[in-house]
Amino acid sequence: MTGNAPSRESAAKAPVSPDPARALAIEARGLIKSFDGTRAVDGVNLSVPEGAVYGILGPNGAGKTTTLRMVLGIIDPDAGVRRILGHDRPHEVAHTIGYLPEERGLYPAMKAVEAIAFLGALRGLPLKEGRRRGRELLERHGLGHAADRQIRQLSKGMAQQVQILGTLVHRPRLVIFDEPFSGLDALNQGRLEAMMRDLAAEGTTVIFSTHVIAHAERLCDEVAIIAGGQVPFAGSVDVARDRIPAQVRLETRAREGAWRAALPADARREGRFWYFPLPESGIEPLLRALIEGEAGILSLSIERAGLHDAFVAIAGEAAARAMGQDAPEETGS
Amino acid sequence: MSDMREPGHSGRLSMLSAAWVIARRDFVAILFSRAFFFFLLGPLFPVLVGILAGSVGQRVQQTAQSPEIGLVMAEADARRILAAREALAARLGESVPRMTLVHALAKGEDYEPRSALEGRAANIAAILSGTAEAPELTGPRTRIESWRGPVAMVAAQAQAGELAPWPKVRLETTTSSSATERRGRLTTAQGAQTLLFLLTMMLAGMVLSNLVEEKGNKIIEVLAAAIPMEAVFMGKLFAMLGVSLVGIATWGATVGAVLLAGSSVLPTLTTPAVGWPMLVVLGVVYFATAYLLLGSVFLAVGSLATTVREVQTLSMPVTMVQLLVFFLASYAMTQPGTAIEYFALIFPFSAPFAMLARAAQDPALLPHIPAVLAQCAWVLLLVRLGSALFRKRVMKSGPAGVKKARRSLFMRKAGAKV
Repeated sequence: MTGNAPSRESAAKAPVSPDPARALAIEARGLIKSFDGTRAVDGVNLSVPEGAVYGILGPNGAGKTTTLRMVLGIIDPDAGVRRILGHDRPHEVAHTIGYLPEERGLYPAMKAVEAIAFLGALRGLPLKEGRRRGRELLERHGLGHAADRQIRQLSKGMAQQVQILGTLVHRPRLVIFDEPFSGLDALNQGRLEAMMRDLAAEGTTVIFSTHVIAHAERLCDEVAIIAGGQVPFAGSVDVARDRIPAQVRLETRAREGAWRAALPADARREGRFWYFPLPESGIEPLLRALIEGEAGILSLSIERAGLHDAFVAIAGEAAARAMGQDAPEETGS
Repeated sequence: MSDMREPGHSGRLSMLSAAWVIARRDFVAILFSRAFFFFLLGPLFPVLVGILAGSVGQRVQQTAQSPEIGLVMAEADARRILAAREALAARLGESVPRMTLVHALAKGEDYEPRSALEGRAANIAAILSGTAEAPELTGPRTRIESWRGPVAMVAAQAQAGELAPWPKVRLETTTSSSATERRGRLTTAQGAQTLLFLLTMMLAGMVLSNLVEEKGNKIIEVLAAAIPMEAVFMGKLFAMLGVSLVGIATWGATVGAVLLAGSSVLPTLTTPAVGWPMLVVLGVVYFATAYLLLGSVFLAVGSLATTVREVQTLSMPVTMVQLLVFFLASYAMTQPGTAIEYFALIFPFSAPFAMLARAAQDPALLPHIPAVLAQCAWVLLLVRLGSALFRKRVMKSGPAGVKKARRSLFMRKAGAKV
């Protein structure tokens, strides 16, 4: 997995499959898209391995939806290349893909089972088979009673579940969910997470976008962080966390003493505890200095950064860079 | 989810299969909707309005156009005049003005005819005074001038007494003269054009509403992700075409039943040059192409709009232009062999109307083959253009909230250094 976005020139030269040993469900290089003079996506690179649960994280308006739409062939990029399940033309493999858009929508007058069958038919599944599977899926997910009810008669959450089932009815190899958790209550969010895990266990590649990091942290093998239309980070969740130094929490008996010199300059005190980033030299020299300086260590723990912290730091840096690049333009220079 | 990886039955859809999925859904949805019920009733409204307006107009006309001549003369003269009028009216019909006695003059009585005209509620449009030998007509100039002849004829008959026997005229009938046939075919062509125009406009509006509704339902992105937009457009257009053909078949059956019942309510039209069956066939073909052309323009317009209000604003100019095109085709029909007619025959939006009018007036069928082929080519081109525009315009951003957010801190301007 490559991380930061390379320049457009290098993106164009980038190999289509950087890791031939690992098949890629999605590969995008240097995707660019502008709307009415505003660049929504600015050189996005993505490499999603087959079978992975992959999160696309980013704040609102970062370019997640536009990126997914380009990957799926709903819109064409202004520049860059994309491959989905080995094809340049996404519609050629549409029957092996499931997609739940951010803006959910079904025909209000359609019955739930018909809606699922119709979504399957759009992906090449015969209607009859779609109806059979639709009833089965609804039963399995506790919505059997709603099979013959019109979508307009269902609650928003139920309608959303129907659409999710319709996304999966044709048994796709790759499922893309755009903000799938929004609009679902905590119980249904948990069910959806379980469904995603099941899909992954069966070998389906699952990609989802979200701005709620906790879901990604629980589910994803790898993530890409999109901010300002670019991908400042793409890689495993562990690598993302490692971008933020671990935090040391220290509690000492002595309030003052020579040991204080061992603490980094940015150490901050909160109550009985000191907090500071783990020094680059590691914990052992620090520990030695504290002991020699008679700090009287009561407790010392190393707390690894969460994905949320990593996301805030990475997306924040990207935003700051974007603002820095925008600023001269605004002054006309 | 345990059976999710069982082998599925789904396979890649061809463009036609994809369009079929959309068309089937739309066809069934529209056919069982209230909109289709009103669509079926649609033609009844203008017919009802026409009948009502016609009967009211007839009554008004009858009241306004039955003026009478009031007689102010000696009773004996009046009786002679009235008898002569009745005798002539029996042979000449309504061309002899109605007459009624207003005032019988007593011997030596002096009466001003003008005063008889004033303040009368009845339809007395002029006063006839004097005698049968010296009649005098008083009234507005245009009225008395037009009645001068008939009044003189009635007065002459009153003097003559009994009506002389008239010779019997033998009647020899022909189907029609070439002039009336041409005029009749023109009327048929005009009727066919108007019907085509009304149907086309009604359906194009419906397909537009359907698309806007779909955008409102937010299902359009699901469709666009699964199948090419061309297939979505094609499916929608052909679904509505199918619905309209069901409607036309229903109307046709109704009209056929009325005709079979021997009703004389329907107007009789001159047989078109290509004959009625061929005109109906060509009418259906040109209706299909006209509708598909206009429908694809309306769909493209729909792709530019996000709300019903925007749709109305954007579709208004298209409707106006189409109205002008209809007028062009109507005018061109009366100018055979001129540059205007050729333009109307070639221009894609007027061609269906102009060609249908031609079918009513000219028996040649060969020119319809290239015309239909050209129309099909235009439909394909417009559908492609419309779907390209749709892809470009509709999916340009996420929901409204995201649009706002895009303007926020994470937004980058085009042209910024990468």
